[in-house]
Amino acid sequence: MAFIEARDISKTYSLGDVEVSALMDVSLTIEKGEFVSIMGPSGSGKSTFMNILGCLDKPTGGKYLLDGTDVSGMDRDRLAEIRNRKIGFVFQGFNLLPRTSALENVELPMFYKGVAANERKERALKALEMVGLAGRQSHFPNQLSGGQQQRVAIARALVNDAPIILADEPTGNLDTRTSQEIMGLFVRLNADSAITIILVTHEPDIAAFSRRWVRFMDGRIIKDEEAAQRHG
Amino acid sequence: MVNIPWTARLALRALKVNKMRSALTMLGIIIGVSAVIAMLAVGSGATRRITEQISSMGSNLLIILPGSTTSGGLRMGAGTQPTLTSGDARAIADEAPAVDAVAPVLSGAAQVVNGRQNWSTVVTGTTPAMLYVRGWTLSGGRPFTGADVKNATKVCLLGQTVVDNLFGDEDPVGKIVKIKNLPFTVIGVLGVKGQSVMGQDQDDTIYIPLTTAQRKLFGTAFPGMVRIIMVKGKSTGQLDEAQTQITDILRQRHHIGPRQDDDFTVRNLTQLMQTAEQSTRIMTLLLGAIASVSLLVGGIGIMNIMLVSITERTREIGIRMAIGAKTWDIRVQFLMEAFIMSLIGGGAGIALGIGGSVVLSKIAGWPTSVSSFSILLASCFSGAVGIFFGFYPAYKASLLNPIDALRYE
Repeated sequence: MAFIEARDISKTYSLGDVEVSALMDVSLTIEKGEFVSIMGPSGSGKSTFMNILGCLDKPTGGKYLLDGTDVSGMDRDRLAEIRNRKIGFVFQGFNLLPRTSALENVELPMFYKGVAANERKERALKALEMVGLAGRQSHFPNQLSGGQQQRVAIARALVNDAPIILADEPTGNLDTRTSQEIMGLFVRLNADSAITIILVTHEPDIAAFSRRWVRFMDGRIIKDEEAAQRHG
Repeated sequence: MVNIPWTARLALRALKVNKMRSALTMLGIIIGVSAVIAMLAVGSGATRRITEQISSMGSNLLIILPGSTTSGGLRMGAGTQPTLTSGDARAIADEAPAVDAVAPVLSGAAQVVNGRQNWSTVVTGTTPAMLYVRGWTLSGGRPFTGADVKNATKVCLLGQTVVDNLFGDEDPVGKIVKIKNLPFTVIGVLGVKGQSVMGQDQDDTIYIPLTTAQRKLFGTAFPGMVRIIMVKGKSTGQLDEAQTQITDILRQRHHIGPRQDDDFTVRNLTQLMQTAEQSTRIMTLLLGAIASVSLLVGGIGIMNIMLVSITERTREIGIRMAIGAKTWDIRVQFLMEAFIMSLIGGGAGIALGIGGSVVLSKIAGWPTSVSSFSILLASCFSGAVGIFFGFYPAYKASLLNPIDALRYE
């Protein structure tokens, strides 16, 4: 069985009397350790699909199996638990808590998991070291550069040992050089720790770091291609 | 499981971010709590003063007044017809089992002179039982005895106010004072009682043996006449019984037929005082209720600020939800903020309320008493206000859609 399996996922929003279909019978399977880019113009349904994959939203039709469990019918709290344990989010706007140190930002997912204080600190420091921010644990987000903030966010996504990282335009707010560095970090995590990475982007040179490209258009997948061998 | 100490630290930090706002929100609670404490202190101070006055009257006290006259269908007030005698008093003491002690009284106003000082006061002729009935002790000298009453000796006990006016700092015991030009030897001084419930100075009086008053000072319409009889019941529970027994004895002694009205009245003073005490209690409750309204307004202030804060922090809520915060994690986080605000406000309010009541009693001269009950009440109430008014904003926050919250700018 596939690690991530979306079967005939559809999502309809009702705006008053009008029904708007954001996704129409989308099916996609992703295996453990894949590095997938999801591409497409805005309004193509890629963000809606990402929200469903990230358990932030529920599909109105179809089935979503994550690691063998059907999550499409779960309630808020069960979904929160799945997000906490299985999915690490990396956003375009970093989404760190302001006035909260890098260390505490990274510790946050472990609070909601109920990890003991000393273990929390130890693991958070290790995660910060992994993303190349050793020694910066007491900095606040406004004292860090964009690239460093995104590294803190990646450390936060890693710290609960989530098998999946969902990155929504992670380089959208960064300059080219920093973008390359961040993508390099993703490639390394994917290769070294076999973390499944799903990346939403509309920039081809960012998507080029991944090994599979899924293209959305008008609520459907129109292209799904795999690279034989690229960066490693 | 929600991590409470961590949530508390988180809440404190969030409150520190907006120091001015948090302080102003707490001010509502501070004012409410201190108002409740100060008002209850004023009320219970008044209650305590009345209780003290009641016990200064003497406990379980009944007063028998002579009856009213009826002349040509016109009924006069109680006491207009002198009908009570020392014989009645003796009979009650001997025959009524529910009665502990009896003191007949014949009193009148008189001018008292010591050398060049003079003073007008109430001279009370009574028996030695009087001191026991009123629960009164002497601050000096000795009380008069049954022998003094029997022999109608000219001895007297002075109240403190009389001593102050006639003797100043001098010790009056053993001195001679002239009451209506008759020389009396001062044998004792009555302890200080202070004001009565009606505001009379209870220390402005002189006690002399009953017979001396009857025969030498005031004269009587008939032998053995007394103005009133004071009775101490055996216990509060037996007062009604004592009242019935006294009525039976007096009706029999006064030869009153079954269809005729009593020619005397028995008053239960303790009951009267208790009514006064009760009305003060009601006043206390009323003051407390009015003060609680300001506490309520303070609570609404908390709710208002929490709602604003949740709107401002929508994105933070979204981040927390994406990372794995469950419904109750979010709720407890915001409830904790409201709770801590009201708790700190409550603590400061208690301090201010205690300080305020001290200032009130110093400046306005009102008796105040801060009870531990009112402190407990105020702290529980302010905590409850925090949770009650914090719940709706916290509930609202926990129902946010994580996607919308994350996108909120």
